[in-house]
Amino acid sequence: MLTQALFRALDRKAIWLIGIFLAVAILVPMANLLIPPGQFGHVPTYLVSLLGKYLSYAILALALDLVWGYCGILSLGHGAFFALGGYAMGMYLMRQIGSRGVYGNPVLPDFMVFLNWRDLPWYWLGFDNFWFAMAMVLFVPGLLAFLFGFFAFRSRVTGVYLSIMTQAMTFALLLAFFRNDMGFGGNNGLTDFKDILGGPIQAQTTRAALFAATAIALALSVLVCSGIVNSKLGKVMIAVRDAESRTRFLGYRVEYVKLFAFTVSAIMAGIAGALYVPQVGIINPGEFDPANSIEIVIWTALGGRGTLVGPIIGAIVVNLGKSWFTTTLPELWLFALGALFVCSTLFLPKGIVGLWHQVFGRRQKPIGAAPTQSSDIEKGEDAASLSGNPQPKPAE
Amino acid sequence: MLTLRAIRLVLLALPFLLTSIDAARAQETDIPALVQSMGEASLRELGQIVSDLASTGDPAVVPALQALADGNLYLDEASSAVVIQRGSALSDPVSGDAVALGADADLSRIRVNNSLRRDIATALAGMTLMSDNPATRLAAANGFMARPDPANIPLLDEAIAAETNANVLRLMQAARAVTILGDDEFDLADRQAAIPVIASNAGRSAITILTGALSTAPDDLKPAIQSALAGLEQERAVWGALQNVWFGISLGSVLLLAAIGLAITFGVMGVINMAHGEMVMLGAYTTFIVQLIIRQNFPFLLDYSLLIALPAAFFLTGAIGVGIERGVIRWLYGRPLETLLATWGISLILQQSVRSIFGPTNQMVIAPTWMSGSFEFYGLSITYGRFWIVIFAAIVFALLLLVLNRTALGLQMRAVTQNRRMASSMGIRTPFVDAMTFGLGSGIAGLAGVALTQIDNISPNLGQNYIIDSFMVVVFGGVGNLWGTLVGALTLGVANKFLEPYAGAVLGKILILVLIILFIQRRPRGLFALKGRAVEQ
Repeated sequence: MLTQALFRALDRKAIWLIGIFLAVAILVPMANLLIPPGQFGHVPTYLVSLLGKYLSYAILALALDLVWGYCGILSLGHGAFFALGGYAMGMYLMRQIGSRGVYGNPVLPDFMVFLNWRDLPWYWLGFDNFWFAMAMVLFVPGLLAFLFGFFAFRSRVTGVYLSIMTQAMTFALLLAFFRNDMGFGGNNGLTDFKDILGGPIQAQTTRAALFAATAIALALSVLVCSGIVNSKLGKVMIAVRDAESRTRFLGYRVEYVKLFAFTVSAIMAGIAGALYVPQVGIINPGEFDPANSIEIVIWTALGGRGTLVGPIIGAIVVNLGKSWFTTTLPELWLFALGALFVCSTLFLPKGIVGLWHQVFGRRQKPIGAAPTQSSDIEKGEDAASLSGNPQPKPAE
Repeated sequence: MLTLRAIRLVLLALPFLLTSIDAARAQETDIPALVQSMGEASLRELGQIVSDLASTGDPAVVPALQALADGNLYLDEASSAVVIQRGSALSDPVSGDAVALGADADLSRIRVNNSLRRDIATALAGMTLMSDNPATRLAAANGFMARPDPANIPLLDEAIAAETNANVLRLMQAARAVTILGDDEFDLADRQAAIPVIASNAGRSAITILTGALSTAPDDLKPAIQSALAGLEQERAVWGALQNVWFGISLGSVLLLAAIGLAITFGVMGVINMAHGEMVMLGAYTTFIVQLIIRQNFPFLLDYSLLIALPAAFFLTGAIGVGIERGVIRWLYGRPLETLLATWGISLILQQSVRSIFGPTNQMVIAPTWMSGSFEFYGLSITYGRFWIVIFAAIVFALLLLVLNRTALGLQMRAVTQNRRMASSMGIRTPFVDAMTFGLGSGIAGLAGVALTQIDNISPNLGQNYIIDSFMVVVFGGVGNLWGTLVGALTLGVANKFLEPYAGAVLGKILILVLIILFIQRRPRGLFALKGRAVEQ
C-alpha cells in the first residue's frame, strides 16, 4: 500500500520537481566547494546561504499551499509555526555555544546570565541533544497546530474568522516571545551560534551541507505533498475547499480532514524554520509578526495556489525581488509588495503557473482560485452581474 | 518735543512698572529672612514686616506671627537669631524644628503692643482662613492639616463657624481633627471622635495621616484608627476598581471608534478590510495637516482645529474608501480571502506613501485648551482628553445607529447584510450600497484617526497598532449588529485594564487574545450573531 501511495505520488510533474531539487542539492555545493573562487561556475558562499534561505521559504510556501491551495484554509499564522521550528533549532544551537559565550557560562546562554538566572528553565532541558531538538522541531509546531485546529475546526470556525484567529495566534506569540521572562532571549532572540553537529556554523562546508539539507528537505516536502494530494484524502481535501457543507453532508468528517492538513502543514513549516535559522544565524520574535505570515500567503498566491510548483516559484521570485529592492531601492519595496498583492489577486487569480497554462494553452484540470463555498459563487455572480462588470476572466 | 513725549510715556508707565515689581517681590519673599529681621526691628518696622509676611499668604508664616502675638517670639542677642520659646523648648519660627542655642545665649522677648497684636490677628485670619477667596481658605486648611499645631485650634474653630463653602468646611474640620488626634493635650474621647472626621473629610491624604498617627497614638486609640484605616482601604479598593472601569471604558471607546467602521464593512460586505487601520492613520494625518494650515493662516481658530478636522478627515478617508471599493474590491466579491490580501496590499502602499511624504518620524498635534488638563469626579481623576474621546465615541455610535435605522441608505444596508440576493431582487442597487458602505466605514475610521491624535503618536504605523485589536472586537462582538461591536469593545477594554495590574500590560493582552480564541470556539459567529438564514451566507 505504501508503494502504491509512493507510485501515485510520483506522477510526472512531481518526479521532475524532486529530480531538480536533488540535482540542485548536489550541484550548488559542488560548485561552491570544488570550483575555486574566481573561476567560471563558482558559487560564492554567501550566495549558497542566500539560496538556502530561499529554499527554506519555498518549503514554507509549499506548507501553506497544502492548507490554503488544497484545503481552503487561509492561515495568516503560518509564520508562527515557522518561527517555533526556528526557535527549537535556535535552542539547540544556543546550547552548543557552551562556555564560548561572552560570560563563559558552560550551561546558561548569555541572555540568561544577563538576567541573573541560576538554572536552565525546564523547557530548555534536552535541547543539547540534536535529535531531541529535531523531534521538537516537528512536535511543537505540530502540537500547536493540532490543538488550535482541533478546537477551531470542530466548532466550524471557517473563512475569514479562521484567518483572523490564526493572525491573533501569531500576534499573541509575538507579544509573548518579546517578553524577557519567557526565557527565549526576548527582543534579541537567539543568535551568535557557533557549532552545528560539531561543525563550525560559519564554515564553507557547513554552509554547503545546510544548503544540501534544505534542498533535500524541499524535495521530500514535494514528495509528501504530492503523495497527500494525489491520494483519496487529497481528493476529499479539494472537495472541502470547493464545497465544505456538501462534503460534510456526503458523510466525510470535514474537521478531521482539515485537522490533518493543518497539522502536516505546520510540521513542514517548522522544518522550514529549523533549516532557515542556522543559515541566517538568528531567530527573533520579529518572525512572529503577522505581516510576515501574510507575506507567505502572497508567495503562494503569486506562484499559483493549488499546484505544487507554484508556491515554490512564488517564494523564490518574491524573495529575489525583495533582496534586489531592499538593496537598490529600499523606499520602493513596500510599494512593489503592495502592488503585488493587489495585482496578483486581481489579474493573476491562479498565479504564475495559471498564467503559464493560459499562455501556452496546456489544458489542465481546474486548479486553485475556486471559491471556498458554493454560496460565495452565487454572491460573486450576483455582484458581478449587477454591477455590469464581469469578474476577471478565469484562466480557462 | 520728542523728549517730552518720552517723559510722558515713562510717567504713564510708571505705576504699572511699580505694581509689577511689587507683585514680583511678594511672590519671591524670603520668609525666613523676613522673620529673622523681626529681631532688630523697631515697632514701626515690625508692623511693616507683619504685613509683608501676611501678604505672602503662605501658611508657613503663621507660627511665627502667632508666636509674636502671644509674646513667645524671642531674639537671641548673642547669635541674633529669632526663635520661638514655649516652656523651655526652643524652635525655629519658620520650619518649626527644634533649635539649640549656644551656652552664651541671651534671649530677649520681641515686644509688641496692642495695636500690633490686633494687626497680627487680623492679618492671620484674613490671610488664611478668613480670606474671601475659597481657594485661599482651602490652601490654608490644607496647610493646617499638613502642619498641625494645637495653637491654631481657636483660629480653626472661628473659621469653621464662619465657613459657608462645604468643601472648605470639610477640609477645615479635617485639619482640626488632625490637630486634635496628633496631640496628647486633648482627652481621649475628643481624639477618638476625631478619627472618623479625618477618615471622612481628609480625602486622599486620610490614609497617610492615619497611618502616621497609628505609630504615635496611645494603645487605646489604635483599634479605632485601625478600623478606620481598614474602611478607607476598602473604599480605596472600590475607587481603584472604578478608576479601572473608567480606564477600560476609555480604552474601549478607542477600540469602538477603530472597530465600528470595520464592523460595518464586514457586516454588509463580508469583507475584512485590512487597509482599515491605514484609514485611521490617514485621518490622523489629515488632522495634522489641518492644524498646520490653521496655525499658519488662521491662528485664532487653533482651538477648533480638531472640530474642523473631523469633516475633512471623514470626507477624505470616505472618498479614498469609495475609490478602493470601486477600483479593487468590487472585482473580488465572493472571494473574501482574496479581498483580504488585496486590501493588505493597499494598506502597504498607503503606509509607504505616507512614509515617503511625511517621513517615518512621529508628528505632533497640539491638544486644544479644552482638551488638556483633568478634573476630579468624586474620587476619580479624569483627563479631559480621555473624557472627550469617550463622549465622541458615544456620539459617533449614536449617529451611526441613526443612519442605519432611520435613513434609506441604512435600510438598504441592513437589507443587503441580511440577504444580498433578495435585496437586489427588490431593486436595491447593491453595488451602490456596497460603495457607500465602504465609504461610510472608511470615513468613520478617519474620524477615529482624528480622536487618536490626542492619545497616540501620529506615525505611518499608527494603523497597524489598532488593526488586530479592531479585528478582535469585531470577531468577538459578532457581525451585523452595532450593539455587538459596542459590547465587544467595552468588554475588551475593561477586561484589558483589569488584567493589566495582575498580569502586566503585555501578558494581559496575550491573555485577552487567548480568551478570544477560546471564546470563538464556543460561539464561532461572535457574541451577537445574526440568526436564521442570513448565517448561511
